[in-house]
Amino acid sequence: MSLVLEKRESSSPLVNFLVPVLSVLFALLLGALIIYLSGFDPGVAYMEMLSGAFGSGYAISETIVKAIPLMLCALGVGLAFKTVLWNIGAEGQLYMGAWAAGWVALSFPQGQSWWLIPLMMIAGFLAGALWGLVPGILKASLNVNEIITSLLLNYVAILWVDYFVYGPWKDPKGYGFPFTPFFGEGAWLPTFFGTRVHLGIVFALFAAIIIYFLLKSTRLGYEIRVIGENPRAAKYAGMNIFRNIIIVFIISGGLAGLAGMAEVSGVIHRLQHAISPGYGYTAIIIAWLSRLNPITTVLVAILFGGLLVGGFSVRSIGLSESLVYVIQGIILFLLLAGDILTRYRLSWRGRS
Amino acid sequence: MENNAVKMEGIVKRFPGVLANDHVDFEVRTGEVHALLGENGAGKTTLMSILAGIYRADAGNIYINNRRVHIKSPRDAIKEGVGMIHQNFLLINSHSVAENITLGYDRPRFLLKRKKLEQEIQEIGQKFGLEVDPQAKIWQLSVGEQQRVEILKMLYRGAKILILDEPTAVLTPQEVQELFSTLRRMAQAGHAVVFISHKLEEVMRISDRITVLRKGRKVATLATRDTNPGELARLMVGREVFFDIKKSPPKPGEEVLAIRDLHALSDKGLPALKGVSLSVYSGEILGIAGVAGNGQKELAEVISGLRPAKGGKVLICGKDLTSVSPRRVIEEKVAYIPEDRKGVGTVGNLSVLDNLILKDYRRAPFSSGTFLNLRYIRDHASSLVEKFQIITPTLETSAKLLSGGNLQRLILAREISCSPKLMIAVHPTRGLDVSATESVHRMLLEQRENGAAILLISEDLDELTAISDRLAVIYEGEIMGIVEPKEVTLEEIGLMMAGKKRKMLESSEVTS
Ligand SMILES: Nc1ncnc2c1ncn2[C@@H]1O[C@H](COP(=O)(O)OP(=O)(O)OP(=O)(O)O)[C@@H](O)[C@H]1O
Ligand SMILES: [Mg+2]
Repeated sequence: MSLVLEKRESSSPLVNFLVPVLSVLFALLLGALIIYLSGFDPGVAYMEMLSGAFGSGYAISETIVKAIPLMLCALGVGLAFKTVLWNIGAEGQLYMGAWAAGWVALSFPQGQSWWLIPLMMIAGFLAGALWGLVPGILKASLNVNEIITSLLLNYVAILWVDYFVYGPWKDPKGYGFPFTPFFGEGAWLPTFFGTRVHLGIVFALFAAIIIYFLLKSTRLGYEIRVIGENPRAAKYAGMNIFRNIIIVFIISGGLAGLAGMAEVSGVIHRLQHAISPGYGYTAIIIAWLSRLNPITTVLVAILFGGLLVGGFSVRSIGLSESLVYVIQGIILFLLLAGDILTRYRLSWRGRS
Repeated sequence: MENNAVKMEGIVKRFPGVLANDHVDFEVRTGEVHALLGENGAGKTTLMSILAGIYRADAGNIYINNRRVHIKSPRDAIKEGVGMIHQNFLLINSHSVAENITLGYDRPRFLLKRKKLEQEIQEIGQKFGLEVDPQAKIWQLSVGEQQRVEILKMLYRGAKILILDEPTAVLTPQEVQELFSTLRRMAQAGHAVVFISHKLEEVMRISDRITVLRKGRKVATLATRDTNPGELARLMVGREVFFDIKKSPPKPGEEVLAIRDLHALSDKGLPALKGVSLSVYSGEILGIAGVAGNGQKELAEVISGLRPAKGGKVLICGKDLTSVSPRRVIEEKVAYIPEDRKGVGTVGNLSVLDNLILKDYRRAPFSSGTFLNLRYIRDHASSLVEKFQIITPTLETSAKLLSGGNLQRLILAREISCSPKLMIAVHPTRGLDVSATESVHRMLLEQRENGAAILLISEDLDELTAISDRLAVIYEGEIMGIVEPKEVTLEEIGLMMAGKKRKMLESSEVTS
């Protein structure tokens, strides 16, 4: 007997809905086993996780704070994936966006002017776009594999930021810690209702709506869909594939850069070592699970924001940090496995 | 009692919005070649895909050698001795013939001695007239040879029931002849063969019995010797079909396409066009006849901007459009019906609607500036669907779900709707049923009436002689001669296709 995957003729809406739900449940079950084996009550741990993520106004606001960079990165990554460009570089693009925004903020420490934040946004977007443009140009002109270039540039970007926070921009009053001084308050994104939810949520929702309409009702979006599905037909239709690859990388990188800007300007208020706990990588999973649909991306990003925040709050009952990551990993793993099951069917093949 | 190799009973298969098979009964006897006929979208491929385990029937039973079987996957099918050869082959180009034949096969590979395997392949090949070199790489083979590899693969896996879905559509007349003798030999060896084709003359020639489907239902099973093409066409379409086309005398106008001493390379980098010169005038159809692979594809691609020229000129309405971008050519109102409908002409995963605007989306009123004009596009698409009788459940249906004939209608609808000055049509009726073929011919003639210049590339000599005004024969990238179809015999054309240059004797016949 052997187990084989058969492609489904078409995936029914029921399967599409049920499989992710079941895989989350199954992941929670497996996680429960692990929690139990390490001597905790799974029920308590899960309740803690749930209430930590969604249990109160404060919890929800924190979840949204985490979801903002995830949304922006995942929207950009999803647009690239739609064009069959595997931009794995959102993490680095985020760092570059944060760096450029930080540079602007630190250059105007007293700045209270209305233009400071728009300038930081532009700088963040452009820096991310530039970081996306490198793999984009290499791909479009020399057909260099963008997975590798965009991935490797992540390390360059992270080290680039580290150089500044450990070196020239280090806060002299920071007892040697790797961060810059706080930005002037004029460089802080406004927050809402006394929570940490900042204006970045508006950027993210706005970006989702723009991308939705971009794909649905613009010439560029139409070209992106055709190129992504069938480049030969795109050439036949006279589309300029080079130009489109470049544009997609600019938008994709720019959104991740904007995520970095929002994170430093809205939450951290300075540059530091390790700005992101891997938002750019989690964004890849989010984009994939939401089937590259920008509206779904927003919802899935909130779920993943909850996973981060909930995981954090479980530590309060003594569950070790690494255990939380194990559980998160299982959930991700099973979600992806479940995703395959919506496209393929498992069946046993006997050998007679 | 007859020995039924296959008996399908009450097969029902529904797709979203279509009933593809509606209680179909179908029987194939051991040792016969059984033709399956029907219009595009009649459900032939679906019925055979159910037998081959690609789809599962919603209802109905299958018996093989009078034993009820449950076929759930292609592996189950091959275990029951059913092998299907699809129109687009599933071979790996960089692998050898022998490797392709064993690929994915259950028998443990390490037990197979390569020498022994190659010998086995050659034995099967000799028995059925399917000679290919087992060590050759797939990319080195012609389309006809690749098809032989597909058949060998099935035979090697022990298929006793072979299904060939439109196998002749891609073959030259010579290759068709060879395929038919293979099919005969297989039938004589006790195999059962199912043969799908739209060419009635081929069906009459090769089959023992014929089953006709119409709109998902079986209408008849007949013995070939008791029927005739007229009756078959009537059964398929449900009405009388007329085979001859009414064609007005040509009224050639100004020169639309001028090709001067054109040179180009093939994908493999070899010279494919060696100094081709042609003119196509407004209001005429210039046919290009030739055996596949003699430069026809390259010619169409150079004109449409998809392949650079290595020398010479392409002039459209006097403008030099040599090696410009496809977009420039489209803007000159050049329509192009490519040979590869699924790989080039359409985007399978996008909707019918999206596919209908592939050429037009960038101009008004389809779009203005950045934005698509979705309302206009929808109205336009639904009027095309109606006018060209594209059968589709909705405008949102993915193009890949359309049957072959409907997909071709979609391409034609799109290309004709831009009122082209020049139309390049490559194998426009390949794989189409009789009435769809007729309607494509009618549409091409209509464009000719409207003053378009049409370059028709085809391998079907009947089609070429029926609708072209002049016929150019191409051989190894050179034009052997340009003739008027009425003035030459099929033999003469055949000789030119084999490389005999026609002396300029037609110059006295053609009015300039
Ligand atoms: N996977 C699918 N999903 C939805 N509809 C399908 C699918 N496959 C086929 N159809 C529809 O079922 C009908 C029968 O299609 P089928 O391919 O069997 O026709 P056919 O007789 O082989 O036609 P052709 O001669 O054009 O190849 C068509 O209307 C087609 O659009
Ligand atoms: Mg078919």
